[in-house]
Amino acid sequence: MSSIDRMPGRTGHRRALLVLAYPSVMLGIFLVLPFCILVALSFYYRVPGGTYEPAFVLDNFANLAKAFFVNNTVHTLSVAGIVAVLAVALAFPFTYRLTRLPRRKQIPWLIFVLVVLALSEVIIGFSWSVLLSRTAGVSNIPVWLGLMDRPMSFTPSGTAMLLGLTYLAFPYTVLVLYPPLSRLDPSLAEAARTMGASPVRAFFTMIVPVSRPAILAALIMVFVFTLGAFVIPQVLGRPQHWTLAVHITDQALARANVPMAAAMSLALLAASLLLIAVTVAIGKSRRAVP
Amino acid sequence: MKTRKPAPSRRHFLAGTAAAGGALAMGLPFGAPAVHAQERSLKIGTYGGYFEESFTKHIYPDFTKATGIAVESIPEPTGDQWLLQLEQAAKAGVAPADVSMMANTVRIRGERSGLWAALDESKVANIGNLKPEFVFKYPDGRLYGAGAVSWYITLVTNTESYPEAPTSWAEFWDTENKDAIGLLALSSNSFLLEITAHTFFGGNDVLNTEEGVIKVLEKLAEAKSNVKLWYRDEGQFQAALQSGEIPMGQYYHDVAGLAAADGFPVRSTFPKEGGVVDSGAWVLTKASKKTEEAETFINYMCQPSVQAALSRKVGTAPVVPRESTDLTDDEFNAVSSEIAPIIPKYDLYIDKGDWVAEKWIEMITG
Repeated sequence: MSSIDRMPGRTGHRRALLVLAYPSVMLGIFLVLPFCILVALSFYYRVPGGTYEPAFVLDNFANLAKAFFVNNTVHTLSVAGIVAVLAVALAFPFTYRLTRLPRRKQIPWLIFVLVVLALSEVIIGFSWSVLLSRTAGVSNIPVWLGLMDRPMSFTPSGTAMLLGLTYLAFPYTVLVLYPPLSRLDPSLAEAARTMGASPVRAFFTMIVPVSRPAILAALIMVFVFTLGAFVIPQVLGRPQHWTLAVHITDQALARANVPMAAAMSLALLAASLLLIAVTVAIGKSRRAVP
Repeated sequence: MKTRKPAPSRRHFLAGTAAAGGALAMGLPFGAPAVHAQERSLKIGTYGGYFEESFTKHIYPDFTKATGIAVESIPEPTGDQWLLQLEQAAKAGVAPADVSMMANTVRIRGERSGLWAALDESKVANIGNLKPEFVFKYPDGRLYGAGAVSWYITLVTNTESYPEAPTSWAEFWDTENKDAIGLLALSSNSFLLEITAHTFFGGNDVLNTEEGVIKVLEKLAEAKSNVKLWYRDEGQFQAALQSGEIPMGQYYHDVAGLAAADGFPVRSTFPKEGGVVDSGAWVLTKASKKTEEAETFINYMCQPSVQAALSRKVGTAPVVPRESTDLTDDEFNAVSSEIAPIIPKYDLYIDKGDWVAEKWIEMITG
């Protein structure tokens, strides 16, 4: 029985429609409409040496079959996957500890996490590039302590890029995990402890399995979030690390090839939706097996 | 395609587009504010950041004094982004700026799509002062643009890391400079194809065929292991150059000069093969209703005295013959060089642009 059926009489029905109308219209204007424009643009004709004009051509999609694009899509999805795993692996224990603290002590931590959210991708990228540099970076500390001969540069590199992206995703991950983890019944861990499990064992055999839906949700959120990052891969990565978002930006803003950029975006969207569907299906089938 | 400010974050971009959309929606029904109804004014776009600040501070006030036309300065984004915005706005009959400064490849794209308004040659008589290569016309002969300023991309070094000034672009290939070099990330703004062609193949002619372009790209790929940073954002490279993190690279002569004047250990050298000369042109969007004011402005900017002021205050090279200005040797050498410049092969980025970009990105990411 749907929620609308449960409403008493026609007035309730109408009121429910009215309540639903506002978000539907907004969703239509700000999500569906731009998406339709994106789809339309991907079929436009790229004018060589000019910009683009309305048409229905498949050239842009034909270009996607090239090895460069296919390899880069795989690379982009892998980067997003690695960042999702790293961010959740760091944020889950952190958030769990946080929710076990008294309310009073939780607030400063939550404020800190929210403050990090206020930083733009640009600032985060540039801060990390300074922190990992040879001239002003962290390697100067061991040099100063006499543990190293000369300072080293760690950026740009694949590791620096993963670090930056994970940092960017961390606060979002905490915010996604916080509500389900704070609702977690403390007696679960206590029961495990009473049965003789160590705190670490209780965490891995009780807390983590019970939180599987929350973990899956957080993984998917970070994955999708990271797919769109285009400043950090440029600032902290070398050209071979640049993700599809960087190349999409180049196509659109540096080459005025908006149709190609639109086609690339749609392909990335399709690939990531497919991956998410598979992940959710695996998550469901596991839950079905006791 | 000069980059004059950091790449915007997604958040900034979203905020920007939302604001632009709002401005479009708000601006249409109300038009110009009533207060300025009697006053002549002109919206002028230049690259946001240092350029836009310098023009606002040193150039526009004198123009307003001379002509009574008030200037509203618009910081424009770089690359093709501004062209796309102008084109979209023109379809709606809106002009986010009347006159814009456009780098060559972008100017040509706009010419191909007929975005620029034709100008009355008799109203911009001073255009006769310009070197002929800076006068831009449609194939049917209608005038639509005039050179604004020109600038050089040169070989820059950190003076602490390199006490001796280098003399050739070939330094980029020297194994001594491993992981020490910063280069512009796009084929169409780095002009590294032309630099490689002049350094190893005797000039731009090798770039006339696709085989030639591939040969040049292969030569350039040999320098890849020396390149630490392929930058899109000037600020990122400038900070690294000043600190010595990345002590060598290609950069804009004018900005490097300013950094040196501010006391940073930075020098800009015209290599023996020549610096790369690029330029910006004034164009008027066809959606603008301020043709007369725009012509007055362009005519004003084409005077040798204004060109000299630009060299002194903004650090750009004049687009009028040097002899027509009162620039001293020192002043001229600060913004230009007697060494014959490398001239970009613009048609490569226009007619074969997508092909070159594809081969280029395969080369640098490979």
